[in-house]
Amino acid sequence: MAGERTITLEVQRFHPEADEAPYLQPYTIPFSEGTSVLEGLQHIKDRLDGSLTFRWSCRMAVCGSCGCMIDGEPALACRAFLRDYAPGPVRVAPLDHLPIRRDLVVDQSDFLAKLERARTYLIPADERTPADGAYRQTPEEMADYYDYAQCINCLLCYAACPQYGWDQAFTGPAVLALVQRYDLDSRDAGKDARRAVVNADTGVWGCTLVGYCSEVCPKGVDPARAINQRKPASVADYLLGWLRPSGGEGTP
Amino acid sequence: MRRSHEPLLWLLFGAGGLLAAWLGPALILFTGILVPIAAERGVTLLGYEAARGLLQGPAGLAAVAVVTLLLFHAAHRIHHTLHDLGLPAGRRTRLGCYGAAVAGGALAAAAVLAL
Repeated sequence: MAGERTITLEVQRFHPEADEAPYLQPYTIPFSEGTSVLEGLQHIKDRLDGSLTFRWSCRMAVCGSCGCMIDGEPALACRAFLRDYAPGPVRVAPLDHLPIRRDLVVDQSDFLAKLERARTYLIPADERTPADGAYRQTPEEMADYYDYAQCINCLLCYAACPQYGWDQAFTGPAVLALVQRYDLDSRDAGKDARRAVVNADTGVWGCTLVGYCSEVCPKGVDPARAINQRKPASVADYLLGWLRPSGGEGTP
Repeated sequence: MRRSHEPLLWLLFGAGGLLAAWLGPALILFTGILVPIAAERGVTLLGYEAARGLLQGPAGLAAVAVVTLLLFHAAHRIHHTLHDLGLPAGRRTRLGCYGAAVAGGALAAAAVLAL
């Protein structure tokens, strides 16, 4: 293939069982207009170095698996194109703020535990069975939460969030946006169950509206808006908490 | 999970921000630009006696509230900006920021009372 363009990817490597510390390894690969960073990594794994480890699945910004730092910015490798980084070199590293398992693979345990604690799933008001048919809502009711429902749990916002970087106790952008997604759903009655997570120092009050989470979100979720939209309700909880027997904290 | 007491500070911050947006430009325009320009041309828009009379009434209380809340707004923002800049913003900066706002408010109250 004469005249093929090439670019160098500096990929951060780290195999905890063998390496003292992460290091950069350069690979020079061919690319065309349509080559994504993910395809570049796949080229390396298939032809140059089978030991390179990274997560991927859908190749089309739906699964949220291939998030990494590309030239220092959190991005999905499948949605970033090598042409935009030419002539290179382009640096590919695991997502910031998260523990590294191996090469570009990060440990998502903290996020998954928070997702579970925040009960980010539909908690219906009445007991329903599939025999009751579809749980209907109007397009207007759906519009209230639809944007927040686009989250693919890719963790780019956690890599972007300075608060999470400083203090991992912060619940973080995606989980708080998902709390808002279910709290705003007309079919949901789980607001009380999620209250304790939201109202804590590590909940919405851990956010100082830097807004970088919303900038890097590949699905336009705007977690910064979700969190700050929730602050007035948290204030109301705080004030009403003096009148409520449970102290407005809900179930922890 | 410990509930945050940030809502109280955030309410004061919000109130200060609202007042700053509503009254700030008008106050600057009137007291900082229009009154001095008029005074230069020999027109008294707001003389000492008039201002004194105004501040001795309920407007004095309002002025103290506005000054205090604006200072609270600034204190809150400075505290969080220090944190965002990665500077250790703990109990001491908190005390410094909000303490300065309270002190400024007290100073405004004292000035109004001394009229």
